[in-house]
Amino acid sequence: MRLTYPDSIRIIRLPCTGKIDVIHMMEAFRKGADGVYVAGCLEGECHYLAGNLRAKKKVEYTRKLLDEIGIEGERIEMYGIAASDGPRFAEVAKEMHEKIMDLGPSPVKRVVRKGVPS
Amino acid sequence: MIVGERKPFDEIVGFVRDCKKILIAGCNECVTVCCAGGKKEVGILSSALKMAFSKEGKDLEVKEVTLERQCDPEYVQQLSEYYDQYDAIVSMACGVGVQELAMSYQDKLVFPALNTNFMGASQGQGVWEERCQGCGACVLGRTGGLCPIARCAKSLLNGPCGGSMNGKCEISKDVDCVWQLIIDRLTGLNQLQMLEDIFPVKDWSCAGHGGPRKVVREDLKS
Amino acid sequence: MKSGSNLERILESGHFAVCAEAGPPKGSSPKVIQKKGGPLKSCCDAVNVTDNQTAIVRMSSISGCVLLKELGLEPVLQMVVRDRNRLALQSDLLGAAALGIRNVLCLSGDHQKFGNHPTAKGVYDIDSIQFLQMVKTMRDEHKFINGEDISGDVPFFIGAAANPFADPFEFRVTRLAKKINAGADFIQTQGIFDVAKFVEWMKMVRDRGLHERTHILAGLIPMKSVGMARYMRNNVPGLSVPKVLVDRMADSKDPKEEGVKICVEAIEQLTDVEGVHGVHVMAVAWEDIVPRIVEEAGLMPRPVV
Repeated sequence: MRLTYPDSIRIIRLPCTGKIDVIHMMEAFRKGADGVYVAGCLEGECHYLAGNLRAKKKVEYTRKLLDEIGIEGERIEMYGIAASDGPRFAEVAKEMHEKIMDLGPSPVKRVVRKGVPS
Repeated sequence: MIVGERKPFDEIVGFVRDCKKILIAGCNECVTVCCAGGKKEVGILSSALKMAFSKEGKDLEVKEVTLERQCDPEYVQQLSEYYDQYDAIVSMACGVGVQELAMSYQDKLVFPALNTNFMGASQGQGVWEERCQGCGACVLGRTGGLCPIARCAKSLLNGPCGGSMNGKCEISKDVDCVWQLIIDRLTGLNQLQMLEDIFPVKDWSCAGHGGPRKVVREDLKS
Repeated sequence: MKSGSNLERILESGHFAVCAEAGPPKGSSPKVIQKKGGPLKSCCDAVNVTDNQTAIVRMSSISGCVLLKELGLEPVLQMVVRDRNRLALQSDLLGAAALGIRNVLCLSGDHQKFGNHPTAKGVYDIDSIQFLQMVKTMRDEHKFINGEDISGDVPFFIGAAANPFADPFEFRVTRLAKKINAGADFIQTQGIFDVAKFVEWMKMVRDRGLHERTHILAGLIPMKSVGMARYMRNNVPGLSVPKVLVDRMADSKDPKEEGVKICVEAIEQLTDVEGVHGVHVMAVAWEDIVPRIVEEAGLMPRPVV
């Protein structure tokens, strides 16, 4: 298919989204990510039955935490994408990229860029 | 176990606003099991605080440590070698742990990161319910093993009030009427006659109303 | 005028006030309190009615106040937060206002452990400082503690207690300041035996200008016997009875007479302390001595304002 997706996105592979934890998403933001999204299997299609559903709850929890800190919760998202669905993967990547571009740099990073040590 | 939950983030930030280096101390006992103040939560709080600080253009150095127990001096002492390098200690233990740290490190500010809620039990993933108030004179032998002091909103000792409906307490549909549960259980055990006698007025002095409590076992004392 | 009470009028017009105390009985007879009130009528500006004093159950303070009022005395309603939660406190305050009671003294109360129901649950829903704040809000803003409106006036002259002899000494003045900030129009202190220490405390009070923001009434407890002096010296937390006074009581051929003398001497010293606006004589189970003490201290006749 040779589909393209924005080069701003860095992929971190997991055996299952059920493996992701709040701290992973938090640290991504702390280390400078402007947005994070978790791409899991479609709901009801998890090979481990509920991995993606757990991930979804963890994303929700992280979003609340980010809001508490004062970082826009919209910067984090959970998507269900079938492993075989390349076009949807590219579409989501683009959608997320645009959303983050609209939001601008993360408040954590904005200050970092001004030269304050992290 | 003792059940707690993290305080609102702003409150914690408020405690350490003026610090440059803090020590976040978790506890490997109850609060680890109830996912409020174990190693994992220490990491998340540390990350969150650092981010909140960088957002303000400030730096925060955090030392993360999770003690086996914060309610025992031998573990609390483990911080003694390096605690003085930090501006403050944030304890993620229950209120007991916070105080043990405060009493042990008189020259250091100690702040709680949790609200300590109750002594309770796990009711499936992510759900905990209150079970015991530590009243110092257990009544469970007379109430079918279920506690009306901790679990009846009015702590009634002689049966349900007029607000019990369909097994639920009048204060909320989400709260079981413990007297319904007691009666059901004793009915099943054919022991309902246990509830016939008037339960006498309770001695609250050993429930904390007589002042702070202490247990001493002479045979174990060093 | 906040309440229009006699005590408020006396203090606001700059007179030196005299209060006494009458404890209700462990029974239902109105005669006990009426008998105690009789001799106090002409020598006091107001009489405190205690609220389950020392955590011993007695006739309610409100009823005691009403019985005194019927005799023409002005009562000070003592209320402790040990026995009532915020609902009961507020409803009793409304009742007291309706019954014409105009002074209230807001207290924590002695711990139930010391009383005759040591196994009781202590309420302590709010503390004495929060209680003061609550009464002031009810009076000045016509609002309950939950923010809801109250219909009608709640005109109380609000009092608080202060103990200059409890530890930590330095914090006692801060606590007094908090009580004044919370709404205390007048203060009645713990019984003073150690006048020097009280004077030291009053200096700290004046340094913070607190004496200009409230009326401080110095508390006095006339001693009836050397046993009472010893007991208070050794067993009552928060009381400071110098050994020299215990010795005076012990050496005296007539301890009751000596007790009166000590009390009168103390009043004479206290009237000279800047910022002391009155005295509060707590003659527990010895109410009929009060007229003599007030007379000998030169505080008679009581002004009519």
